[in-house]
Amino acid sequence: MEQQKQQPLPIHLYLLALLAIVALFALPFLLNPDAQFGGADNAGRDLIAQQDPNYTPWYSSWWQPPPETESMLFALQAAIGAIIIGYFIGYERGKAAGAAN
Amino acid sequence: MHIMEGFLPLEWCIFWYLLSAPFVLWGIMQTGKLFALKPQQKILLAVSGAFIFVLSSLKLPSITGSSSHPTGTGLASILYGPGISAFLAAIVLVFQALLLAHGGITTLGADIFSMGIMGPLVAWLVFKGSAKLNIGWKVRIFAAALLSDWITYLVTSLQLALAYPGASLVQSYMTFASVFALTQIPLAIAEGILFLVFFDFLRRAKPKMLAELCGEEFAK
Repeated sequence: MEQQKQQPLPIHLYLLALLAIVALFALPFLLNPDAQFGGADNAGRDLIAQQDPNYTPWYSSWWQPPPETESMLFALQAAIGAIIIGYFIGYERGKAAGAAN
Repeated sequence: MHIMEGFLPLEWCIFWYLLSAPFVLWGIMQTGKLFALKPQQKILLAVSGAFIFVLSSLKLPSITGSSSHPTGTGLASILYGPGISAFLAAIVLVFQALLLAHGGITTLGADIFSMGIMGPLVAWLVFKGSAKLNIGWKVRIFAAALLSDWITYLVTSLQLALAYPGASLVQSYMTFASVFALTQIPLAIAEGILFLVFFDFLRRAKPKMLAELCGEEFAK
């Protein structure tokens, strides 16, 4: 309808992208089978202790969620984002399909 | 990126708050203007923020044997630059500081500066700066998204080195960067790939809006 249609990237590029992302996050487990995969945030805290052993944090979090609540809230955060992205992609695809008919 | 609550000395907390505040305010004003003048573009701003929500909630394993967060600021950086990116990142960082005990209120200014401002600023400059060069949009998107993530962690390393210089600032920087910058490399590459794929969808679904926002067209 409007302008000429842009061609998508070739499908093999999409497959390559998917494969690369899976590989990037599967490889660590193969390369470091014994690692704990602790958070880098905590590693940062340990480095601070190493750089300045006398430093004591002067404020701590006003609320620490229990582990179950924490994972729920992380999932909730991801879900809020994912639903917006999914809504947008679905809306645009539907509109394009409607225009094609 | 999160520097843990209470782990920056008070003077540095204030310093980073002061540096970050103007960008967040600028972002709020830009957002207000965009919503008033171009309400049809609201959805794209929401999607840019949504990527930050999703990606910064993930903790991904890295080759170094530790886990880290992607930043998700790639799309916001490319489309809007450091103002709106700072505002969007601030929303996510406040959520995580208050409800998840990740990052903190005392370190919020520093975390916004690394993730919401410096990462997006460098990404935006690289993306805009390469517009006139003979480089395809795929490479430019990939590089910008990768940098929006990676630069964040280089800046965090610098922030920690400044606060804890030890005997030598350079050595301290190397110590922090050896953890953050290395761990982040695979995550940054993955963000580059993800935003490249999403941008391919975007340039086909919303060519006019993109041309209006970016001042250029993304043909083949």
